[in-house]
Amino acid sequence: MNTWIERQRGLLDTTVANLRRRKARNLGLFMAYVLLVFLLASVVLFGDGMRREARLLLEVAPELVVQRLTAGRHDLMPAQWLERIAGLRGVAAVEGRLWGYHHDAAVGANLTLQVPKEAAPAAGRVHLGATLARLRGLAPGDVLSLRDHAGQPHAFVVEALLDSRSELVSADLVLLCEADFRAFFGIGAGLYTDAALRVVNPLETRTVAEKVLARLPATRVISREEMRRTYDAVFNWRQGLPLMVLSVLLAAFALLAWDKASGLSAEERREIGILKALGWDSGDVLAMKLWEGALLSVLAFLLGYTLAWLHVYYAGAPLFEPVLKGWSVLYPRFALAPEVDISRIVSLALLTVLPYVAATLVPVWRAATLDPDEVMRE
Amino acid sequence: MIELAGVGKTFNPGRDNEFHAVREVSLSIEAGRVTALRGPSGSGKTTLLGLIGGLTRPSVGRVRLHGRDISALPERFLTALRRDTFGFVFQQFQLIRDLSVLDNVMLPAVPTGRAHADIHARALRLLDEVGLGQRAAARVQWLSGGEAQRAAIARALINDPSVILADEPTAHLDSALSRQILEILAELRRRGRTLVIASHDPLVFEMDLVERVVDLRDGRVLTVHGLSTVPMDKSACRP
Amino acid sequence: MLCIPNSPLAPLAGEGSFESRCRDLHGKVIFQPAALALLLASSLNALGLAAAGLFALRMLRHWNPDVGSEAQIALERRTHLVSTLVVLSLLLSLPMLALFTHTADAMAPFFAGAMCAVGSLKANAWGLPALAVMLAGFFLAAAWLVLHRLDTRGWDQPLLLAKYRLLLLLAPLALAQAALLWLYFGGLKAEVITSCCGSLFGPAATGALAELSALPETIARPLFFLTLALTLAAGTVFLVRGRLGRAFGMLAGLHFLVALAAIVAFIAPHIYEQPHHHCPFCLLQAEHGYAGWLLYPLLFLGTAAGVGAGLAAGVRAASLQAEAPRLAAALARIAVVALAAFGAAVTFYLWRSNLVM
Ligand SMILES: Nc1ncnc2c1ncn2[C@@H]1O[C@H](COP(=O)(O)OP(=O)(O)O)[C@@H](O)[C@H]1O
Ligand SMILES: [Mg+2]
Repeated sequence: MNTWIERQRGLLDTTVANLRRRKARNLGLFMAYVLLVFLLASVVLFGDGMRREARLLLEVAPELVVQRLTAGRHDLMPAQWLERIAGLRGVAAVEGRLWGYHHDAAVGANLTLQVPKEAAPAAGRVHLGATLARLRGLAPGDVLSLRDHAGQPHAFVVEALLDSRSELVSADLVLLCEADFRAFFGIGAGLYTDAALRVVNPLETRTVAEKVLARLPATRVISREEMRRTYDAVFNWRQGLPLMVLSVLLAAFALLAWDKASGLSAEERREIGILKALGWDSGDVLAMKLWEGALLSVLAFLLGYTLAWLHVYYAGAPLFEPVLKGWSVLYPRFALAPEVDISRIVSLALLTVLPYVAATLVPVWRAATLDPDEVMRE
Repeated sequence: MIELAGVGKTFNPGRDNEFHAVREVSLSIEAGRVTALRGPSGSGKTTLLGLIGGLTRPSVGRVRLHGRDISALPERFLTALRRDTFGFVFQQFQLIRDLSVLDNVMLPAVPTGRAHADIHARALRLLDEVGLGQRAAARVQWLSGGEAQRAAIARALINDPSVILADEPTAHLDSALSRQILEILAELRRRGRTLVIASHDPLVFEMDLVERVVDLRDGRVLTVHGLSTVPMDKSACRP
Repeated sequence: MLCIPNSPLAPLAGEGSFESRCRDLHGKVIFQPAALALLLASSLNALGLAAAGLFALRMLRHWNPDVGSEAQIALERRTHLVSTLVVLSLLLSLPMLALFTHTADAMAPFFAGAMCAVGSLKANAWGLPALAVMLAGFFLAAAWLVLHRLDTRGWDQPLLLAKYRLLLLLAPLALAQAALLWLYFGGLKAEVITSCCGSLFGPAATGALAELSALPETIARPLFFLTLALTLAAGTVFLVRGRLGRAFGMLAGLHFLVALAAIVAFIAPHIYEQPHHHCPFCLLQAEHGYAGWLLYPLLFLGTAAGVGAGLAAGVRAASLQAEAPRLAAALARIAVVALAAFGAAVTFYLWRSNLVM
């Protein structure tokens, strides 16, 4: 055991000396390695952060949402329907919700106008998402002017900005009171956008949904579980796209590593020849070369991952925001909560280190099995 | 201690450039003696030296070390055996650039798994013995030819081998430096090591170092003759 | 481009397009970094070991250490590549096993009905076989490396043929593992309603695994501790006296099976403190203190080392007279320590549990 450790130590010492000696030659590959890890890790960490954020918000979302369908399209829901739903067994509470989209030409994006469940602003006043406020250059006390369904301008006084903890989804939010909302969209009293349900026993959500459908066939029922799955799937997919693009980069990197490893310079070849002539066997040289790869990989991975972590959690991921969020110019500048996830680290390590190992293994083996008497022939 | 029986080495067998560098050599190297392989350039000295030291695998024939056939040993064992038995001094010094003299000397001991501190201490002592104690930390490319050859000898001794194989040890040195190197080799002989020297440098044969000469030509042994009539040193340590 | 509604408080509000678009994407679980990493790893592993398997065929046919021919030297060179491939494969199998089970566990919320890794693994037919093959691959690679280590230390390479025959088994296993993982991840559909672990390990379930759950604690518990004690005793005797090496190896293998059964039958319910919750996968979850991440690595390590020690102790080649017992002892030491720690951990969990079955 001791000789094993001493031998590995000797090999490692030699490896370190070799890396130091060939700093310039290894630097290019090392930088490419770091860059690769950085990009890949940024995509993954950013996607994770978004997913966590969305899930956080879903926790406060209603267990079931019921929407009326007319000819297969979302339609406004009459108040009587709410009562019919409330009468079902297993339903704890029903609440009609009011929300809608408004295209704001000034910022070129869709705003979400919504009547909050509680603490609604007074008539003529609104609460604004922080990003929207920034884009429109509004501060509390200023006036937000929007054109209503009939093209008439409506002026709202900005009362407060929304807490930016959940800025990802509140970025474009405009909260207003019920009367203003109905007037703005021209929606009569007794109509709601949809209905939010709380159920008595969360385990029976499915049964309740079926009952709603049975009583009101012209609706669709969306459960929070379903939403969560959908979100997860979408975020995964959105993350998958850049990952696919990056896989091309990955292949390019593997090619570079392979080229570096197989294009042994005459000098390196001679050195391996010397080692073999001096009594290193193929296994020793191979072990040394694997140490070299391992050292390079560990350093590149740590550096790349740390940079990605800082990039995503402290710099706001400027590189990827447009790619991953990209659904609106309103993308927020928000801080994702930092998190270290070991399974992500393992995945990323496999994704980046394996191509390197695979690409360099055969060239390294070829170098290690050079004939020991090669140095004598000159 | 080393016996070659009908050993031959063919390069590129079966191809157009097939070349028989060594043919049907039967030879025995005696322990504690100095044997020289002599012959013009291209006569197969280096190849034969490689065959003796287990560096080159014979195409035909058998090489025995202490009566044990080593020609068909797995690489791992052959290498370990070679490491423990032979110290090589190559024709071109073959030191590794940008490493210190000390690191170079320590290299052959790395795969043995001996304690780092022991190897380190031994390397320093060997460098002292060849007169390079002061240069231990220097990069090898700054050494002069004579110094480089002495570093190479120290390196050959790091695993305490019983046999030293030296290929043209004086080829790149003037006669003063050559004498210095030969003096070191003579000292090794005095300490009981077996030496095999491949050379066509007359100086090697002028000194009363070599005890046995193997004359080679075109890969064949022409003659083997002892020079033991020439009194070697005042040494009493001859077997 | 608008695929995520601006506010989840206004869910799925678009004109139905969002939802339908998302439905298309449901199947793309494969884009998860962990899934990609596992697919890449298993594919490279399969590629490497398949090449090694082909080489094994050549080796078995043409190897002749008595000649110094070019062909022979080329074969010898290639053995270095092959052994490196198996070492890497073994090194790879550990993070792969961990990642696969963890991913299955983490994916559970994707599938209706899934509560833990079992639900995800049962979301199609390939999950559980993939896991089983992965485990088998780990143990086989470990056994191969024991043989390899010994073989390279005998001057006449006495285990060469055995080694390369075993490689012929390892290669198809690696291919199967990659194929199963591709089938599994490629075939995952989120709409699938899968079953939770209760259907596999529980009173309502049927099948061999359910039989295990039904094994009464009064039988399972003494059986488990008896096997563990016998295994540890054999290991100690081997370490002290140098005898019973092979028996130790076999006992370690037997203990592995008994321990798995014991986990399902009574250890897991005690950790959950629920008499009818027998699932061996829920142990990996945070709610249960990550008990599985302590128990399984110890069990696997102990088993691999123990079986390896038995293998090494069973080698009778003259050229390995000194080396084989030395390696066997080193492995046995690891095995005894790991299995003792495993037993201690189980005892601790049982002692802490308030469940009376
Ligand atoms: N690897 C090789 N391939 C082909 N020919 C070789 C090789 N190595 C040596 N030779 C040839 O073998 C002959 C003997 O070489 P060598 O042993 O180096 O002779 P010496 O050391 O006496 O000069 C030379 O003609 C040389 O060209
Ligand atoms: Mg020569």
